[in-house]
Amino acid sequence: MDLNYSPEEKAFQLEVREFLKENYPKDIQEKVAKGIALKKEDYVRWQKILAAKDGWVAPGWPAEYGGPGWTPVQKYIFDEECGAANCLRTVAFGLVMLAPVLMKFGTAEQREKYLGDILNSDVWWCQGYSEPNSGSDLASLQTKAEKQGDHYIVNGSKTWTTHGHYADMMFTLVRTSQEDRKQKGISFLLIDMNAPGVTTTPIVTIDGMHVVNQIFLENVKVPVENLVGKEGDGWTIAKSLLMHERTYIAQVPRSKRQIARLKELASKERYNGKPLIEDDAFKAKISAVEIELMALEMTNMRVLSKLSSGDAPGSESSLLKVKGTEVQQAITALLMEAVGYFGMPYVKESMTDGWQEEPIGPEEASVLAPHYFDWRKSSIYGGSNEIQKNIMAKAVLGL
Amino acid sequence: MNLEFSEEMVMLQDSMLKFLQNEYDFETRQSLSRTGIGYSEDNWQNFAEMGLLGIPFEEDFGGFGFGQTGLIVVMEAIGKGLVVEPYLASVILGGLLIQRAGNTDQKEAILPALIAGELKLAFAYVERQSRYNLTDVEFTAEKKAGQYCLSGSKSVVLNAETADKIIVSARTSGDNFTQQGISLFIVDKNTAGLTSRDYETVDGLRASELSFDNVMVEQNALVGELDNAFSAIEYVIDAAAAATCAEGVGVVTELRGKTVEYLKTRKQFDQPIGNFQVLQHRCVDMFMTEEQMRSLSYLAAIKVTEGDGVERTKSVSAAKVYLGDARSIVGEQAAQLHGGIGVTDELDVAHYVKRLTMINALFGDRDYHLQRFSQA
Repeated sequence: MDLNYSPEEKAFQLEVREFLKENYPKDIQEKVAKGIALKKEDYVRWQKILAAKDGWVAPGWPAEYGGPGWTPVQKYIFDEECGAANCLRTVAFGLVMLAPVLMKFGTAEQREKYLGDILNSDVWWCQGYSEPNSGSDLASLQTKAEKQGDHYIVNGSKTWTTHGHYADMMFTLVRTSQEDRKQKGISFLLIDMNAPGVTTTPIVTIDGMHVVNQIFLENVKVPVENLVGKEGDGWTIAKSLLMHERTYIAQVPRSKRQIARLKELASKERYNGKPLIEDDAFKAKISAVEIELMALEMTNMRVLSKLSSGDAPGSESSLLKVKGTEVQQAITALLMEAVGYFGMPYVKESMTDGWQEEPIGPEEASVLAPHYFDWRKSSIYGGSNEIQKNIMAKAVLGL
Repeated sequence: MNLEFSEEMVMLQDSMLKFLQNEYDFETRQSLSRTGIGYSEDNWQNFAEMGLLGIPFEEDFGGFGFGQTGLIVVMEAIGKGLVVEPYLASVILGGLLIQRAGNTDQKEAILPALIAGELKLAFAYVERQSRYNLTDVEFTAEKKAGQYCLSGSKSVVLNAETADKIIVSARTSGDNFTQQGISLFIVDKNTAGLTSRDYETVDGLRASELSFDNVMVEQNALVGELDNAFSAIEYVIDAAAAATCAEGVGVVTELRGKTVEYLKTRKQFDQPIGNFQVLQHRCVDMFMTEEQMRSLSYLAAIKVTEGDGVERTKSVSAAKVYLGDARSIVGEQAAQLHGGIGVTDELDVAHYVKRLTMINALFGDRDYHLQRFSQA
């Protein structure tokens, strides 16, 4: 066992650090640090910078598709450096979720058609999985795709669609047949968001912001060549994709950065005439989260060390998802607690670009309670944490 | 021993619940919260007519003399309806402070008008650096030519925007962090030199940052004895904290009820999700927390009525610690068990969760009260 990086890995770490220092736009960094809502153009700008650097925007992609072809350790180092530099996280839908699916299940034509635009952030993707009546029981989904000649006619509704209002395309799970076993009738279909019959309706979340949407599909014509895999392969594809999503949402480097932010804040805030961070009770709570994160980081590294490049993660991803989101949520709670009464003012404008007024209480305090509330979603999305525990009970423990 | 509500309290409870049912559905509450002054002046007058504004006050000044235990009924209902009218700010913080520390002239001038709905108060005690420490008072009042000159800032003053008078805590002598040397002053909201920055709060209420730039007040603006206001402040914060715990019981009761109802109707895997034991147990945890909170809320109200001392401190802090626990056991779980819909602005659940979370910070959070309990 050796935690130390090899000389090559150290050199790589330095290269990444230098690159981020030189090329990560300061205005985006500031927004991320302040917790201000990011716009599509922020993501596109940063992702294009990363893409232009030998495909760094897609750490998991092999070189043949334009990715950097990194080892798991290199990916880890990159992720860690991005976290430390407070980098904007790339949007996962195309790069992390759909792309590996196309590489594994797609046709040569589909790879040719879509991967380049994903890599260059020229086509923006969203995910159409959940439906109003199909959340944890995803396999019960009812959105229908009926084959008519060289098209599918799609009817139904998808919900909780993050960035649906930004997206050009949506990868969806649809029902193509009514088999006995509901998983067997599901197929994986790519839908053009600008096609007639697609309507996007905003959903305002608990923090007052609009990130997610409900998508209505009414007689939407989708060419048959937009089917990925065969009819009925959808569930298998979805499972492999969700595992990628779950490892992505562990977010260890981001949590490390958030703990650093928490410590900074608690050093500046005063309590009983001293910095809050010297308060025993508060200090102990920070430590408890740090310990959880320390364990999570090591678990994450153990998983990485087992994965050979290109392999899909297994049920470890459920553990990473549950523990990762618990840590993220605990940190948002402590950040809110750190500002005491100043978690109460709601200044919606301060959460978006261009707000210039004097803050109420500590700078950036006004985003902390909304973030705490917003982050409740993390134990719900990507397969709720209850579902993750069911998966572990069944797949790992054999219960 | 009798831990039942009196007949009068039961009647009060019925009329509150009827009011909520007939005139305070969630949509109404949301539109009140988001427009104008953030609540309805008509409702406030209605409260005055129902007698709600006089619940805790002595009969000599037009009150009902129900004391702190009378507030349990009102505040539980306020929690159930997510009521946005400034009851906590004006009646409890402002009114009880005058009742406790004011002289007869002040009580006569203020309490009947407050009870009649003609006058509203706010209490400014939080400072930028003070967090939950009530002895951390940098705001000053200096005697100048027979008057007091007030200067400094106060933060997160609940409903100061619509208050007619502000009661403010100030250091008149002594070092910071000492109880001795803190005084209270009552100031007209429109006094020269007093400016306010008003805002919404995360839970849909209103608060303000107040700035006093050499505000001159007469000697009769002093409320209570010079330099000796600390025990009155500590009392009113305890009374308000206990009342807030009762409000929390109302919020938690609603969240538990709505979550259980949702689990009975939401179907996944071809059955109501309430069939799943892991979710049942979460609801039972909510229920047990609710009942324990209710117990501690009653106990705190009784001890606040009985007077100052270690028992009041312990019972109020215990109730507040439980309220802090409810943030996760009830608030976070209610959102979680509702799934995605539980974190939308559209559903009332999110707004109950927000209120439950924000009242954790009001008057000292869980950590503060745990420490206070252990040191009492």
